Amino acid sequence: MAWYTEPTVEKKTTQKKLWVKCKKCNSHIYESEWIENLNVCPNCNYHGSITSYERINLIFDENSFVELFDNISPKDSLKFNDLKGSYKDKYETAIKKTGISESVVTGYGKINGIPAVVAVMDFRFLGGSLGSGTGEKILQASNYAYDNNLPYIVFSASGGARMQEGALSLMQMAKTCAGVARLNKKNIPYISVLTNPTTGGVSASFAMMGDVNIAEPGALIAFAGRRVIEQTIGEKLPDDFQTSEYLQDHGFVDSIVDRKDMKNYLSNILSYYNR
Amino acid sequence: MGLSDKSVMELEDVALKEKKKSKKEQLPWDVVQISRHPNRPILQDYLSRVFDNFIEFHGDRFFSDDKAMIGGFARIGNQKVMLIGHNKGKNTVENIERNFGMAKPDGYRKALRLMKLAERFNVPIVTFIDTPGAFPGLEAEERGQAEAIAKNLTEMASIEVPIVCLVIGEGGSGGALGIGVGDRILMLSNSIYSVISPEGCASILWRDAKFAPDAAAAMNITAKALHHHGVIDEIIKEPGEGAHSDYETTARDVKEAIIKNLKSLSRLSNEELIQKRFEKYSGIGKFSI
Ligand SMILES: [Zn+2]
Repeated sequence: MAWYTEPTVEKKTTQKKLWVKCKKCNSHIYESEWIENLNVCPNCNYHGSITSYERINLIFDENSFVELFDNISPKDSLKFNDLKGSYKDKYETAIKKTGISESVVTGYGKINGIPAVVAVMDFRFLGGSLGSGTGEKILQASNYAYDNNLPYIVFSASGGARMQEGALSLMQMAKTCAGVARLNKKNIPYISVLTNPTTGGVSASFAMMGDVNIAEPGALIAFAGRRVIEQTIGEKLPDDFQTSEYLQDHGFVDSIVDRKDMKNYLSNILSYYNR
Repeated sequence: MGLSDKSVMELEDVALKEKKKSKKEQLPWDVVQISRHPNRPILQDYLSRVFDNFIEFHGDRFFSDDKAMIGGFARIGNQKVMLIGHNKGKNTVENIERNFGMAKPDGYRKALRLMKLAERFNVPIVTFIDTPGAFPGLEAEERGQAEAIAKNLTEMASIEVPIVCLVIGEGGSGGALGIGVGDRILMLSNSIYSVISPEGCASILWRDAKFAPDAAAAMNITAKALHHHGVIDEIIKEPGEGAHSDYETTARDVKEAIIKNLKSLSRLSNEELIQKRFEKYSGIGKFSI
């Protein structure tokens, strides 16, 4: 399939027949089949994670995506060290491992012919955490949408704010929402797609603020962690607590859309933008 | 000049030791302790000392009246404001009623309703921040804690009246920020503002909450550090051992600082205000290019 073009992984799959174990139903699936099915379990429809570029290839028309603001990367301004070493070492490793410079990839392109600006978070990069560079890219992309009157789409995949940047990361919640506020004022559509996981400071900022909130099936969408809540209330929580389906039932998600249908779903929504 | 060189040196030595001792008292973890001191003044203490004629408004018009977050019209000097703040208690009974200042979505929605009311009346907004964090509970998640906070961050970016925010004790993460977006962010000198509690950070990154003092230092959660990093605009120096040692002086300085900031903001037109607020938040963060 054309959507999957990351060379290193493709090589691995052609050399060896590897099995993938589904995290939800534990069934074993050929990796080639797993990839063919967009990292979704053919058995139980569990949506596994995908990289930013895989997502972009899935959503945008061929050769239409133009990346923006890829010169932005993290900075260890607090000189943060914990038991496992420095923040600087961590993000330098992440940059090497993922080939991207921050936990989000931003740019613009066409979705079934309809132009849109996009920010796609990548969970591989420090758990998709929201750092200053992440916030800057998400804001810059919304400014680009604002200046060019283009709809804005953000795909979230994040554990929350990046602790190693202290309150600077917390403030990225306000910063990204300030961008959303400007789009609202100008009546430019903002669509949020919540994927597994979207938690903490990301759920409590731009990810929840879509004019339309879409979720992939079974994604964990949460403000506080399950363990913290169980400790607070002293009881076990229901199994489906904080899933896409739970959030839709409680009125916070417009629709739950399978990965394979996402492109057409998005272009269908965008086709109603009549301005 | 009756002192010999030796005794001068000894005196300098003593002075240096004293200086080191007072410097030691400024460890971030010590500031955390002061910010959580049982006698630290809470919103209710400022209410009577800084403001007059508080008219409290209740409820979010959706679900409940969250007592962890209060608000209403009030006067500060000659100025009329909308006062909104986390409402901690001083004893067990108060703290249970007020949920230790941990608001539910209902609290954030009430706050937003009152901010919109302030905008309607063209009255500036003053927020007092003092919370360990937004309440982490089943009902809070069910009613959309994330949505409620996110909505406040978004709306506060474009509310067309001046907003002055003051951290008086604990600035706990998203729960603090949910009423913390404004034109001027002030902190009392022994208050803290943090992305996650030092204990929470330590238990994740150090695998043990007992490393909280290390996490507190690493995360730069003191007023001084946050001022240096451009997260806040102004520090209000606390008297003596801290705000708990002198309520009256603290209240006087808080009042002065709020009035001064409201006055300087009143010179801006609505458009300038919103533009400057946007530029302020656009500029926060450190990254490499
Ligand atoms: Zn499965």
